[in-house]
Formats: sequence, structure tokens, C-alpha cells
Amino acid sequence: MAVAPGWWRRAWDHDLAWSFRRSPVTIVAAALTLACVGGAAFAPWIAPHDPFDLARLSLNDAFSPPAWASGGNARYLLGTDDQGRDVLSTILHGARISLGVGLAAVAFSALLGVSLGLLSGYVGGRLDAFIMRVADIQLSFPAILIALLVDGVARVALPRETHDSIAIPVLIFSIGISGWVQYARTVRGSTLVEKNREYVQAARVIGRGRFAIMLHHVLPNVMGPVLVIGTIHVGTAIITEATLSFLGVGLPPTQPSLGTLIRVGNDFLFSGEWWITVFPGLALIVLVLSVNLLGDWLRDALNPKLR
Amino acid sequence: MDRDNRPLLRMLEVSRDFDVSRPWLNRVLEGAPRQLLRAVDGVSLAVKRGETLALVGESGCGKSTVARLIVGLYATSQGRIEFDGIDLAAPGASALRRRMQMIFQDPYASLNPRWRVRDIVAEPIRVLKLAASEHEVGARVAELLRQVGLVAEDGEKYPHEFSGGQRQRISIARALSGNPEFLVCDEPTSALDVSVQAQILNLMTDLQQRLGLTYLFISHNLAVVSHIADRVGVMYLGRLVELADAEELFVRPLHPYTRMLLDAIPDLEMSGKARTPVAGEVPNPLDPPAGCAFHPRCLHANARCRSERPQALVRGEAVVACHAVEERRI
Amino acid sequence: MSAPLLEVKDLRVEFPTRRGTLVAVDGASLAIAPGEILGVVGESGAGKSLTGMAIIGLIEPPGRIAAGEIRLESERIDGLPYEQMRRIRGRRIGAIFQDPLTSLNPLFTIGEQLTETILAHLEVTPAEALARALALLAEVGIPAPRARIGHYPHQFSGGMRQRVVIALALAAEPRLIIADEPTTALDVSIQAQIIALLKRLAREHGTAVMLITHDMGVIAETADRVAVMYAGRIAEIGPVRDVIHAPRHPYTAGLMGSIPKLGQGAGKKRGRLVQIEGAMPRLNAIPAGCAFNPRCPRRFERCLAERPELIAIGTTDAACWLYADGPR
Repeated sequence: MAVAPGWWRRAWDHDLAWSFRRSPVTIVAAALTLACVGGAAFAPWIAPHDPFDLARLSLNDAFSPPAWASGGNARYLLGTDDQGRDVLSTILHGARISLGVGLAAVAFSALLGVSLGLLSGYVGGRLDAFIMRVADIQLSFPAILIALLVDGVARVALPRETHDSIAIPVLIFSIGISGWVQYARTVRGSTLVEKNREYVQAARVIGRGRFAIMLHHVLPNVMGPVLVIGTIHVGTAIITEATLSFLGVGLPPTQPSLGTLIRVGNDFLFSGEWWITVFPGLALIVLVLSVNLLGDWLRDALNPKLR
Repeated sequence: MDRDNRPLLRMLEVSRDFDVSRPWLNRVLEGAPRQLLRAVDGVSLAVKRGETLALVGESGCGKSTVARLIVGLYATSQGRIEFDGIDLAAPGASALRRRMQMIFQDPYASLNPRWRVRDIVAEPIRVLKLAASEHEVGARVAELLRQVGLVAEDGEKYPHEFSGGQRQRISIARALSGNPEFLVCDEPTSALDVSVQAQILNLMTDLQQRLGLTYLFISHNLAVVSHIADRVGVMYLGRLVELADAEELFVRPLHPYTRMLLDAIPDLEMSGKARTPVAGEVPNPLDPPAGCAFHPRCLHANARCRSERPQALVRGEAVVACHAVEERRI
Repeated sequence: MSAPLLEVKDLRVEFPTRRGTLVAVDGASLAIAPGEILGVVGESGAGKSLTGMAIIGLIEPPGRIAAGEIRLESERIDGLPYEQMRRIRGRRIGAIFQDPLTSLNPLFTIGEQLTETILAHLEVTPAEALARALALLAEVGIPAPRARIGHYPHQFSGGMRQRVVIALALAAEPRLIIADEPTTALDVSIQAQIIALLKRLAREHGTAVMLITHDMGVIAETADRVAVMYAGRIAEIGPVRDVIHAPRHPYTAGLMGSIPKLGQGAGKKRGRLVQIEGAMPRLNAIPAGCAFNPRCPRRFERCLAERPELIAIGTTDAACWLYADGPR
């Protein structure tokens, strides 16, 4: 542990850490994000009930209002839904799925976008023109439309019984494929700048190949903006997933994400059981807002012009 | 020919065109023709083993393009470049390229900001497989850093922790790590402050003597060139207008452009010597003047200069492309 | 010497950062007489540009003038409100920067920019302003001004653009011009033309010029007096000829020795250049005492502890303890 203090000191002194400490909003956003991520990641262990254990569910407990409301049950802090599932527990499990799908979709988007952007910018010529025209065409369709399209194709192409089990990969793919353009464009732009810089020429002089230069020299220098886009994209991806699930083309009620929970609860909104939809909705807002605030801060902190 | 007298590098009538046309779609829609810019136009020169040949000229004269043609960053459009008697475009000539290296102008851009200095310096050793083990690589990097006036521990740092002069030392260490014989130096000191420039010029002179290096030194600064070069080539609008021994060129310049350049240098000694005022500007390289490219600014131009391109004329050790010199008008 | 047109006293420019306050200009004092060209020379980070920016009131926040005073024709101009300072810039102080494109608006023709500046500062009719714009363009050596006045900045070459900027700086007949690296972006043949132009204008109009540059050659060609800056302080100030031929401060001496010179043989026969070891300290690590002491070949104990003030040695002033007991 002899190195640890030095390492910690350097991290603490880093400009990023400093700008983080100076921004109360960011600290709150980070704490909320951490709470959401922690709650989601450890849902099976910290959730007070297991909402998917059919043996423990009792319809007698259905439509129990939040604990503090009249008729509330202290066992169910945020009340229960139509099946008698604990709303707090379904939110924690739902956030787990929402976050998982969001992160995986972002990772997929980023991988695809960064690779295509690097190739487009570094190789140039016809490949560049082709990739960028495809990007233009894709940009003219809203992300949700592309996701609906992919999802629809998957539904038709795959047998009904397998559909539920592959719902998550299909969602990740459809959300991911609709988001790569932003990464590709940003990376392409930075690559065009970096490839003419002298350190890239110096690598060419010693005879390094294109792919080695792209991977070892250009890539590390274009990743800053990708990190920022990625963070903000997590929020967007979660919203897209929630929208798809709300529309009924995302995750089935047997694997409910936050979006599914909101849709299911929506049916009861006007019959007075508001908590079934409001609490998952609040959770979604808090999660997305705090991730977005973190992303905004990261963008400003990494932008030398705003320092 | 005796090996030691054979030039290490020869350029034979080398030209390079750049396509500066509008994008394809715009050309089709606007009916605009393709447009070529001739950045280097029929340059021939030879660099002898162990000497420093400098190329000088104003921006856009093609001197940096010549540097990039030699190290292979650009391909030639016409003509041939030979290294040690072998055509660099010939198959298998890429092995020759290992014997040359390049030092760039901007020490802030020529080192990858995300790499540690030791990895930057070691990259040529690793890529060219010049060391048997990682241990050997480390020892070689430490030796190189000491050779350029840094310490081995500097290898652990990142480029942003160094000043401009120190970064240029790192660039030099990296260039030397592949054991080259020939260094192409593109304005290696023009981004540096004068006191640091002196350190780097002295270092380059020491290294040349110690390692028997041959330099092609590109610069716009005639005073720097007069200090470091054995021979000097002067370029104007892509053409080599004069090539002579440094002593000769600075005392008895032949080409009117060389004379004008020398007259334009601020006189630090404040000797108050009479000078011809400089006139005009470098013309647009997309539309170079006919005949001698310098004729619109030349005090000695006549009808022949305006129509016929002057050929290289050998005058003792010097080569000059000027009708006025040929006709003994100046 | 006549009363100075510009007087800067103990100017101090600071940049507060999270790791402490950086002092970029530290106690700089200088004066410029009408019609005089004062060169300010130094390496990057010496504080020469910031001194110029402080005078025209363009220090970018969070940077600020922390101490000292700036007087133009005996009137204090530091700390004036933005609007008042804006009127002084242009009317009484003209500015020329390294990159002419930053001084020109790409969306307006140079004629529009010139007449607008003239009308804003002088009591003339539009027709008179146009005539004056044409006269200015002719004066700065733009061929066929009548044809070029309707052109946009991008239609000019680099050297011609810098001439337009000079015309713009002269438009309201300012008494002082601050020229920050006006020739650095230009080729040597164009540089010579711009230097000649600046000299002629200062002579003919009696305009004072503060010429900021890193190039001692440009100073030698152009300036009457020179201030050598190092690490935010003035190391030496005096008539150009004396500073160049008999530098007093060891830094000036080293600087002069490290400049390669033409005309003393060439190639291998020349010796090594004089070199000053090390580099200028970063602003967060300026040593105690004389800022130059770690690199100085002639330092002694006093240099490590006490900061030297400018000491008069004949015609020049040098901030160096070597001269504490009179010239040596």
C-alpha cells in the first residue's frame, strides 16, 4: 500500500477532481447516480421482497397504498401493484434491467461508432464518403423509429416462444444501432485533426501500419469526447428503452424494466392507485437526470475553453 | 564510384503535385475542372555523406514537401529519389527507409500526448526490432535520453511535463533510436525561443560529429542556416533556384532571389549597410508566372525571363537557375 | 527627454489559479516618448504581450492588473470602465496583433471597416471618411486602393492584410500604437516591408510605438530603445544600440550570444553558439531573488536572496546585483 497515498494525492489534485469538488450539483448528481447504480446492481440482495417469486405473492396484498398513506402496510414502503408485488422491489429490479440495457446499448453504440469513425477519418476517400452517407441517412430517422423497426423485424423473424427470452439482446441491439452516428461523427472529426499531427507522421516515417497507428496513436487521443457523449447517451438510452417498453414493444411484464412498470401502472392511474406508476416514473427521472448532470459536468470539465 | 564519394541521397528531377480540386460533387455541379498544385517542381540535388545540406525559402516554396517526399510521407509525382544509390521507389527499398529519420517542427505536436516518453523513444526500436529484449530496449532508451541531455528518469513522464526545448530533445532521441544515418530536420528550431534554439543547434552539431550523421536541414531562417549548414539550397515556388556552399552563398549570392532574401534579414549588427528594398510578394502557386517564377519581383528580369524557364547552370561548386547570371547581366 | 506619452509604473498582472496566484508581469516600469519606438523583447512567457494587453485594457479575466499605474498623456487609464477604455482604444491607442485575421471582420469589406472606425472616432462626413480610408490604404502601401477598398479580408494576402490592419490602427490618428508580434506570422521578405512601414509612420506622424516581439533582429531594425523582459520582470532597458552592443544584464548578454548571426564565415568553421543553460522558469516556480539566478553564470549569494531593482549604468538600466556598487 506504499504507493496508495501518492496515487490518491495525484487523483485528488487532478483538475477533474478539483472541478468536481467545486460543483455541489455534480456531487449530488454523483451521489444519486451511485445510489441508483448501487441499488440496481445489488437489487436481489437489498430489495425487501422478491417480486418474481410467484409462491410468495399474494393477491390479498394487491393495491396496497404506500406505507404512510391511509390503509398502507408497513411491509410495503411504496405500496404494491395489481399482483401484490412490492413497488420498491420492482423498481430496484426494474432499474437493474434499465441500467443494464442502457449501458450495454451505449457500449455497443460506442464500439461501433468509434470504429467506424476512426476508419472513416483515417482512411478517408470512398470509405469515408460511404460511412458518412449511411450516417446521414440514419440520422433522418428518429432513434425510436429505428429501434421499433429492428424490434419489429426481430418479432416477425423469431418464433414467438423465443421472443421473450431474447428481448433484452434485441433491445440492446436496436437501441445501440440507433446511436452510433454521434460517436462516429465526433471521432471522425477528431481523427481528421489528429491524423495530420506530427506524431502520427512520425509513426508513419518508421513504417507503422494504418491499423497500428489508428489503434495506438489516434484512438487514445480521440477518446475524451467519446467519454462525454457516452455518459449523456446512457441517459438517452435508458429513456429510449423505457419508451419502447412503455409502448409495449420492449420488455415483457415478466422481466419488467422501469418503462414496463410505468406502462403497467398507467392502467391504474385513473382508478386511484397512482403509486404503481408514479414511483417508477420518479425513479426513472432521478436516474436519468443525475446521469445527465454528470455528463454535462464532464463535458464542461474536459473542455479546455471553459476552464 | 568510390562509396564514400557517392552521395547518400540524390533527388533527380523530382516533382510533386497536389490535387486541390473542389470535391467531386461540386466539380460535377459547377463544371469546374480538376486543379493541381505543383508544390515541388523538378528539384535535383545530392546530399553527401556527413554533411549538412540546408533548404531555405519562404512559406509555400516546397521545402517541407521535399522533406516529406524523402522520408516517404508523400509519393513523388515525377522523378526519382535514390538513397545510397538505390531508387527508394524500387521494391524492397523500404528497408532503406530505416536508415533515415525525421525531426519535426512543432515539439508540441510531434510527441503523442498520451504516451510516456520512454515509449515514444522506444517505438522505433520496437517496431524495427532492434533490441532482443525489453530489458535491452530500456537500457537503450536511457542511453538515448542521456545522449540528448536528459536523464533516464525523464522516460517515466509524459510530454506535457516538459518545456519546448526538452520536448525537441525527446524528438531527437526518438529519431536517433532507430540508428539512422540520415536525418531530415523540418524547421527543428523555429518553434523554440532563441536561447533554447542555441541549445538544440549545438546539440545537433555535437551529435553529427559524434555519430557521423548526415542532415537535410529545412528552415526559413537564413541566420540559423548559415550557422549549421555546409551547403545551402534556396527554393522559390517549388523550384530550386540556387545551391551553393554556405560560405559562398552568404558572401556572394548569385540568384536575385537569394540576394533579396539576404537583404531582407534584419541587421542585428546595426551596421547601417545599404540594402535593396524588398518588393512584392510570392505569387499564387496555383497560377505560377510563366518563365522564371521570380520574374515579377526581379529587378533584372527581361523578355526571356518572362517566357523561358531558366535551367540549372553549374558555376564552379554552385548551381543557379537564372538567365541574368547566365548572360552575365548581374 | 520630453514628457512621456505613455508611462507604466510598477505594473503587476496576476492570474489567480487554484494552485496559487501566478504573477505574469511583476513590477514592470517603462515610458515611451512621442514619436519613439520602444521595443519589448523576451522569450515566450516573459510577460511582454501581457504588458501590452494591460496597456490597452484587454487582460482576459480572471487575469487582472493587481498593482501599478498606467498613464497616457499623464492621465491614468488603468482600471477605467469598459466603455471608456473602448473609446481610448482606437482613438488614442491603436493595436496591431500577430494574426491580422483576428483584427479584421471577415463579413465586411475593408472599406466598410475603415470608414466605420474613422466615423466612430473623428468628426467627419462619410465622404471625408471614405477619402481618408483611401489615403490610409495608399499610405500603408496597398496598390490600387480604389479597386481594393471593396474587397473582403480573405481576398488579401498575409502581408497585405497586415497592412490593412495597420491602416485600421492608424485610422483615428492615435498617439500610441501597440504592435504585438506584427511580423511574426509573415515571411522574411514581407517582414522587411512591414518594418520599414512602421518606421516611416512613426517618423512622419510622430506616433509612439510599443513593438513587442521575440525577434531581436526586428528590434535592432526598428526600435529606438528596448526593454528586455524575463519571467515577468524587466531585466534591462536602454537605447537599442547600447543594449545590443554592450549588454549589461547577463541574460541579455546570453540572449545576444545565442542568436545565430550572418556574415562571419559559415558552416563548419563557425564555433558553437553561446547557450544559456536551462529554460525560463514556469510562472509557478519563479526562484527567489533574481529570477534569472539558476541560469546565470555570474550569480553570487545576493542574487539568491534579494531581488534586484533596475540600476542605472550609463545610458542603460539593468536589474542586476553586479552593478550594485557602480558599473564594473
